[in-house]
Amino acid sequence: MQVVGMELPRKDDIVTARDIGVVGCQRCTKVWPLGTTRCTRCGARVISRDRLAYQRVWAWWLVGLICYIPANLYPMLETRTLIASQADTIIGGVLTLMGHGSYGVALVIFVASVLIPVGKFLAIAFLAISAQRGTRSPSLQRMGLYEIVEYIGRWSMIDVFVVAILSALVQLNALATVTPGPAALFFGMSVIFTMLSAQSFDARLIWDAERR
Amino acid sequence: MSATPPLQDLIVCPNCDAVYSTQQPGFGERAVCTRCHTVLIAPRRRAGAQIIAVALAGFILVLAASVFPFLTIEAGGAQNAVSVLDAALVFGGGPLVLVSLGTIAMIIFIPLLRVMLVIYVLLPVVADRPPAKHAAWAFSLSEALRPWSMAEIFAIGCAVALIKVADLAQIAFGPAFWMFCILTVLVVVQDSFLCRWSVWNSLEKTT
Repeated sequence: MQVVGMELPRKDDIVTARDIGVVGCQRCTKVWPLGTTRCTRCGARVISRDRLAYQRVWAWWLVGLICYIPANLYPMLETRTLIASQADTIIGGVLTLMGHGSYGVALVIFVASVLIPVGKFLAIAFLAISAQRGTRSPSLQRMGLYEIVEYIGRWSMIDVFVVAILSALVQLNALATVTPGPAALFFGMSVIFTMLSAQSFDARLIWDAERR
Repeated sequence: MSATPPLQDLIVCPNCDAVYSTQQPGFGERAVCTRCHTVLIAPRRRAGAQIIAVALAGFILVLAASVFPFLTIEAGGAQNAVSVLDAALVFGGGPLVLVSLGTIAMIIFIPLLRVMLVIYVLLPVVADRPPAKHAAWAFSLSEALRPWSMAEIFAIGCAVALIKVADLAQIAFGPAFWMFCILTVLVVVQDSFLCRWSVWNSLEKTT
């Protein structure tokens, strides 16, 4: 596949919409004179730089973080077999799996439920703070980080789905039953709130920070 | 850029605010933002018809995959087969019912809705008719729902669940699991064929 670069050859020659007094629609890329508030092509709200974006990012971020705490304290799954009953938290579940020797699955759950959520909290905080304060770290790298956060955040839902699947599947009367725990709700909410936090962020602010 | 060209000839990168004068790339080519590497325009020949075909296939798959069992379990004579609907409904009772609703929405309802919206928007465009009523709104909604459509994540969840209880009981994939796998591929194909700029452009031109 051939790649066509658009006009403007050198990197330092980049002209932004704000420089020439126009504003671009972030949904459909149409250009409007500065001061336009709504794109009539796609109906999206148009704004050159959204300063309120930070407040929305931090608000969702904080709610997400608050939900992540009970998500780790309460059990995710309760397993009842003939001989024993066991309630596993996220970390507990990972340890149990490792005890059974299923290192692969333990790794998948650990990455999806611990590594990705924690990494996401840190990444969003870094992006927001660096954009607010100005930074010397390259914009292209921070943009890459933002794209990773947006792309990978949804995958944390895997653990909630596994809980749903297991609870429906393992209903073998007296032999073995699995029931979902309250952590499933908190964890799911935490994932949703951090996704909203990442979506609230205005990617253009990443590039503004470089010039300061 | 000394003299600003007419606004309709410009395109702004939504991710980094760089301005370019629009050059329509040929089929199979891509116009990429030189600053942040966001793909701005990527037209494909006969993309509309292909996307509609893929979307129709996806519609049937989601419906079928939600009623057929995706996993079956057997241990000590007891047996159980579950469909997506069963899995989504286990959280019944108490606040956990929210998880049920969210799960159904993300695995069945939102993928179905997106498929229908895309067909609704693209069908008139492909047939060279004026855009459907509220097509801009429908396409916006479909785009906004994209990250919340999680059928492919559910497919991975099935695989993880299978291994998790493999030592507890005998487990096997049912037909719906394979449907979800195909669906995952279809979603990826549909999203990579779809050039958002071209869709917005065609919706505007014909109004």
